[in-house]
Amino acid sequence: MTDTVLATQAVREESPPRRGGGRNPLRHALLIALGVVMIYPLLWMLSSSVKPTEIIFRDPSLWPSSFDLGNYVEGWTALGAPFHQYLLNSAIIAVGCIVGNLLSCSLAAYAFARLEFRGRKLMFAAMLVTIMLPIHVLIVPQYVLFSQLDWINTFLPLIVPKFLATDAFFIFLMVQFIRTLPIELDEAARIDGCGHFRIYWRIIMPLCTPALATTAVFTFIWSWNDFFSQLIFLTDQDLYTVPVALRSFVDGQGATSWGPLFAMSIVGLAPIFGFFLAGQRYLTQGIATTGIK
Amino acid sequence: MTEPDRSAPPGGALSLASPPTAPAPAAEAPPAARRRRGRRSQRAVRDGRVAYLFLAPWIVGMVVVTIWPIAASLYLSFTDYSLLRAPRWVGLDNFAEMLGDERLVSALGVTFTYVVVSVPLQLALALALAMLLDRGVRGLPFYRSVYYLPSLLAGSVSIAILWRQMFGTDGLFNDFLALFGVQGIGWVSHPDFALGTLVVLNVWTFGAPMVIFLAGLRQIPVMYYEAATVDGAGRWARFRHITIPLLTPIIFFNLVLQTIGAFQTFTQAFVVSGGTGGPSDATLFYTLYLYERGFGSFDMGYASALAWLLLVIVAALTGLNFLLAKRWVFYGD
Repeated sequence: MTDTVLATQAVREESPPRRGGGRNPLRHALLIALGVVMIYPLLWMLSSSVKPTEIIFRDPSLWPSSFDLGNYVEGWTALGAPFHQYLLNSAIIAVGCIVGNLLSCSLAAYAFARLEFRGRKLMFAAMLVTIMLPIHVLIVPQYVLFSQLDWINTFLPLIVPKFLATDAFFIFLMVQFIRTLPIELDEAARIDGCGHFRIYWRIIMPLCTPALATTAVFTFIWSWNDFFSQLIFLTDQDLYTVPVALRSFVDGQGATSWGPLFAMSIVGLAPIFGFFLAGQRYLTQGIATTGIK
Repeated sequence: MTEPDRSAPPGGALSLASPPTAPAPAAEAPPAARRRRGRRSQRAVRDGRVAYLFLAPWIVGMVVVTIWPIAASLYLSFTDYSLLRAPRWVGLDNFAEMLGDERLVSALGVTFTYVVVSVPLQLALALALAMLLDRGVRGLPFYRSVYYLPSLLAGSVSIAILWRQMFGTDGLFNDFLALFGVQGIGWVSHPDFALGTLVVLNVWTFGAPMVIFLAGLRQIPVMYYEAATVDGAGRWARFRHITIPLLTPIIFFNLVLQTIGAFQTFTQAFVVSGGTGGPSDATLFYTLYLYERGFGSFDMGYASALAWLLLVIVAALTGLNFLLAKRWVFYGD
């Protein structure tokens, strides 16, 4: 894992001097061609979403011959509730998860990075192991637990665990980040009479903004894309999130209405794309630190 | 990593978390060191109490949402349980059933095939692109973003829907083949190709490991290459004898993470196959089968047994990766 610490530092550094080949046209042609192949399906879905369904399959071109928002109108109301209901549900869960992760993971990270206490190495190792633990191993007893609490068909099973720092990736990310901050800052604050909570809140947290931003962006994308646990914990139509709603859409309509289906898929992807554009720097930093995606 | 924490106060006042650590070596230390150690332990005791406050949410989460479920699913795996009635102890029945379960065999086959085929392809592409992008390519941030974007989107239901259309009978892929006069088939509904479309989807996410490779490549000092060039090493020799050995820790890191990730594939297979794992169980991923038994037919006992098998497999694979790593991963002299 120490190599990944180096990796973070590397991302922050400026790139080393160029060694020729920077303008090699062959290399650029290759890179661009691959980029086009990768992005083409996405652009095609976007352009198909504004084409009438009957011509989607006759027309593989990117530029729509006619521009028509009918698919969006139709898709918006195709399910039990209007689509903004699902967007709102997804957004509530995402915000809850972000707040939970920011608070609980940073608290744990401060302890691991700055405090000495009995069992620290053991707990840190346990924390690292949980990063690799598949959710599928835990889901059955978690379901039993949450159904006994009567939490099925509420957002609680999706949000409350985040307030208990269950996304250990972010603890690890923040520990790595806090360790790069000079300890003299803490010591100066301590001499000035600050307790640990004040050091955490007033000194460390403001300096951790990049790590916190990475956490927020990844938490958003993960909770927005999460399908497995939302499918299991939410069965009431009014509580459906975007992924669960899209899935019931595709199963209900089958292959008959790709137009509206694509339109709503685009609506579902748009927030991720927005966060990607806004938070690119934090994403590449985060991924270089912990290898998450 | 599991050895007792030596920086903790020896036999100190705190016994919240763990049994007393190894006997204190402080007795042999010279008086000055002992005094220093004493002052530090006082600080450590104060730190310790505060630390458990900071860790309180994590500890509660660890116990309630992680450790308890693991223990509970071990118990449930020896029971017959449908949520409606109390679990009934059935001993090893669930595990006996697993031995003769043909769908479990297909689920394991599908998942292993997927991991073994898609992870190496994805990592090879990631490394190749990282090499192409490393050092001196104009517009590096742009290329990196374009290649990385699919990794963020690929887990979504939207992309799974797109895949289902793209590799359908009337799909985009067949439109492309038609340009060459080839008549395509319904790839997602053909038992021999359905899994392949999901492999393509996983390879499409090579951007995430690529970013890690790029960060790793920057760690390799330029002077190594310069020295090798002076000694007459060609491009291939430099790649083979400098880049690859120095990059093995990163390759290993990516390998472990992507293997675990690939083992957990669910969304794409679920949506592309309409929740069935079809056609003919060709995309019946392990997680899909677990979902079907646990939440389709509410066989919670059997699903718990499946969950434990998954835990054992992932742990064994990770362990194997770490064992094999000793043979090929280079951590410097």
